[in-house]
Order: sequence, then structure tokens, then C-alpha cells
Amino acid sequence: MPTDGENNNCPRAGDASRKDAVTCRLKDRVGDVRDRAKAAGWDLAVVVGEDRVVLGVLWSKQLEMDANLTAQQAMKPGPSTFRPYVPIKEMADYLVEHDHDSAPITTSDGRLVGVLYRSDAVRLAASANTCVRKMITSSPA
Amino acid sequence: MSKVIDRETVVEMVKHGAQLVEVLPAKEYMEDHLPGAVSHPLKQLDQEAGEIDRDRPVIVYCWDSA
Repeated sequence: MPTDGENNNCPRAGDASRKDAVTCRLKDRVGDVRDRAKAAGWDLAVVVGEDRVVLGVLWSKQLEMDANLTAQQAMKPGPSTFRPYVPIKEMADYLVEHDHDSAPITTSDGRLVGVLYRSDAVRLAASANTCVRKMITSSPA
Repeated sequence: MSKVIDRETVVEMVKHGAQLVEVLPAKEYMEDHLPGAVSHPLKQLDQEAGEIDRDRPVIVYCWDSA
């Protein structure tokens, strides 16, 4: 939902996330997904189920696995995901602190919104306010 | 009587006159709040409850973690 307040114009994770992320289904072959990702200039692919619910991620390491594995066999399941309304500065700090290059942004029911790259988050955060409210309250493994 | 509602119901109820009350600390309200919401931080709610119109539905919210 839209919000009012001092941070009304503050960029959020959802705004900065890339919406054209490569996605695949559980049964897709890793080789096929890798080809699609490379052609689209992506170094990862998000494995989604019905309604684009995120099930896992094929990070660059998994994309280089045996081409005949299925996405289900190769993926890192249950990735840490973040909500679109998280202020960009908090997201940038989190990604830097945890040394993540990117993170899936999802709705509260797990549907993929986009993928936020650390480089995008850090760039936008340079001119963003620090918020009192911390929205990331846990540090999933 | 209270019940949990989804965001579509919030929008619909506000459209028909329901009051939105954010119970987070005032600083957090200043940063972000739902359009039309008033701030009644939880710790002050007992003292401020009289400011809420008892004749209209009241939607109280805080937030979920990200």
C-alpha cells in the first residue's frame, strides 16, 4: 500500500529491484536456464512455482552445474527474501554486511517482485535518509 | 470485538469511513504511515483512546517484519 510521511519519496527495495529477472520452473534443465540467463545478461535465475512464488535461486555457481540437472536438483532452496517496502539504505546496509550480491524481493506471500542488486542498492542509498524504523528484523541463514 | 482483516478490506473500509490508527512510536509514524492514519502510540493509547470516534469502525495496525 502507498504510504505518507517523511520517507514518502525514499526509494524502496521494490523500486530499485530489476523486474526482468530470469525465472524458471522446478523441472527446467539447468543447461536451458543457463542459456536463457546468459542471453539475457543475468548471472542468476529465480526458481518459481505457481503465481511466481519463489522456491529457490540458481546463483551463478548453480547455473554452472551439470546441464542435465533439473532446477529443483540444483537450486539453493528457500533464499532470504525481502519486502518491496524496505528502505533502500537498510537494504544496502544488509547486503553489504552479509556480503550478498543480490536478493530476491517478494510480496509477503512470496511472489517475486524483482531482484535487487547490491550495486543498485548502494548507489541509490548514497543519497537516501537513514530510517528510524528497521524493517529487516531477522538474519536468515 | 476485534478481527483481522486483509489489505483489500482495509481500503474498502476506509473508503466507507473507517478510522486508521497506527500504534507504533511517533517517530516511526512520522517516517511512514498509511494515508489518512492517525498516530496513537501503544504506550499512550489508554490516555488517547478518547480521541477516537467510537461511532465509526477503527482499524488498528502496526507492521510486519520484512
